Amino acid sequence: MSALIQSQANETFVLNLGPQHPATHGVLRVKLTMDGEYIVEAEPVLGYIHRMHEKMGENRTWAQFLPNTGRMDYLHALAFNHGYVSLVERAAGLTVPERAEYLRVITSELNRVSSHLLWFGAFILDLGGFSPLLYAFDDREHILDLLESVTGSRLTYCYFRFGGVYNDIDDNFVPGARAFIKRLRERMPMYHNLVTKNIILMKRLQEVGPISAEMCRKYGATGPVCRGSGINFDVRKHEPYSIYPEMDFEVPVYEQGDSMARYMVRMDEIEQSLRIVEQALDKLPEGPVMAEKVPKILKPPKGDYYHAVETARGSFGVRAVSDGSNTPYRLKLRSPTFSNLSLFGEACRGMLLPDALALMGSLDLVIPEIDR
Amino acid sequence: MNCGAIKENLAASGAQAVNETEYARKGFALDVQVAPEQLLAAVSVLDAAGFFIEAITGVDWLGEQAALRKEAVAKAAAAAKAKVEAAAAAGEEPPPVEPAAEQGELAEDALEAVYDFNHYEALCRVTVRTRVPRSKPEVPTISQIYSGANWHERETHDFFGIIFVGHPCLVPLLLPEDADYHPLLKDFRP
Repeated sequence: MSALIQSQANETFVLNLGPQHPATHGVLRVKLTMDGEYIVEAEPVLGYIHRMHEKMGENRTWAQFLPNTGRMDYLHALAFNHGYVSLVERAAGLTVPERAEYLRVITSELNRVSSHLLWFGAFILDLGGFSPLLYAFDDREHILDLLESVTGSRLTYCYFRFGGVYNDIDDNFVPGARAFIKRLRERMPMYHNLVTKNIILMKRLQEVGPISAEMCRKYGATGPVCRGSGINFDVRKHEPYSIYPEMDFEVPVYEQGDSMARYMVRMDEIEQSLRIVEQALDKLPEGPVMAEKVPKILKPPKGDYYHAVETARGSFGVRAVSDGSNTPYRLKLRSPTFSNLSLFGEACRGMLLPDALALMGSLDLVIPEIDR
Repeated sequence: MNCGAIKENLAASGAQAVNETEYARKGFALDVQVAPEQLLAAVSVLDAAGFFIEAITGVDWLGEQAALRKEAVAKAAAAAKAKVEAAAAAGEEPPPVEPAAEQGELAEDALEAVYDFNHYEALCRVTVRTRVPRSKPEVPTISQIYSGANWHERETHDFFGIIFVGHPCLVPLLLPEDADYHPLLKDFRP
């Protein structure tokens, strides 16, 4: 009895969040040490869906690894496709026909919009608003239909090949994409009226979960997380790849560093992606979609190579070590959310639990990409 | 901030080799080789210059020493053969066959820890590598300089068994909590 009565001044308890919890969007567990409603310590526990993609890379050929890339970040699979094929093309010295590069950018930017739409719906759902999810999924459905007609799948795309893309677009794709751009541009003001300008949302996000630029640097945060903290860093501008240098678009940057800033970055990015798609559709050249002389058995020369691309969540990098054989000697996959989540423990110290969940939602977590 | 200045500072910090690489071909600008003792100095230089940490990983070079020796033996044999042929072509007496060089114990294969750093403003990806023997893979931790290194080092320890000396909590991150195997080692058998 006495042990119960003698309560200590700073009494804390451990709260287990997940691994099956709607707010973690997948199997992520967070061990929280709480002082009442306030978080003293938060420790994410990872690895529940770790599949060891890097080992799989070592025991299959360069081309056989392609489907794996679509299964890490299932929401922006095409960017992961893009990162890997670009790396192998860089290593093997392959050139890609211009039309293929345009198709890659068009499809992966559409995919980015669909990823941001899903994040938008799910994030507002985390904060307690149900209906925006339904609107976002309605729009997202159009993108999935468009991409299905080109790539043959709706989620885990594997559309890019070394030296091009595997399938040219059909006659309905360009008008369909233009109609979608028009549609989403008309819907964006509605989203802003319905959600962004909502006083409840503002109160939930403004000045909640501040992340400083210095914290981003120490943890290696990229993507909307660092751009919400005033860092103008986008791989598409920083180390341009594919046809991005020919595109006219802006990188939205917000200085505040709070959850609202990260929200605004993504909402602005949807519009910028639409701009890129529109320009690429205008300029889309005729021609082949596959390079002619791609060897059946690819053997990149000895050495190590790195290639980074901008995914919806940040910079995805592939580091490959080739020993000159038809399988990679080593394949390192640097996933953006892994670094972005690593700052969560420090960022949410001293916060209220519901605020920490808002912060977690604003990081836009995709667990299979963290666990790989 | 430019890559040239960083190159000089890294060389001054005691790195074994700082090589410029062809960015378009390789995807990184500087390739830095350091001894494990010099790692902290090199990373501090990058921290002071405002770099952010991109990733840490490892590479297992099992069998590298044997391959190098095989290559050297083949080279020596080819050179000797060329000598004999040259002598035959000149109509001279072939030189006496030299006995093969004494083959000592193979040097131990290495585990390599690879650190990628990037800069938010300058286009300058820096790759820092350090090699340690497979039997005693100990590298100092850099988590006190870059807090983000904490998870990357835990992951590298999971996969390769590289021990980051001084790490606050080197327990499995992605593997099960009781994992005592390192799946990315080349001699790993499930």
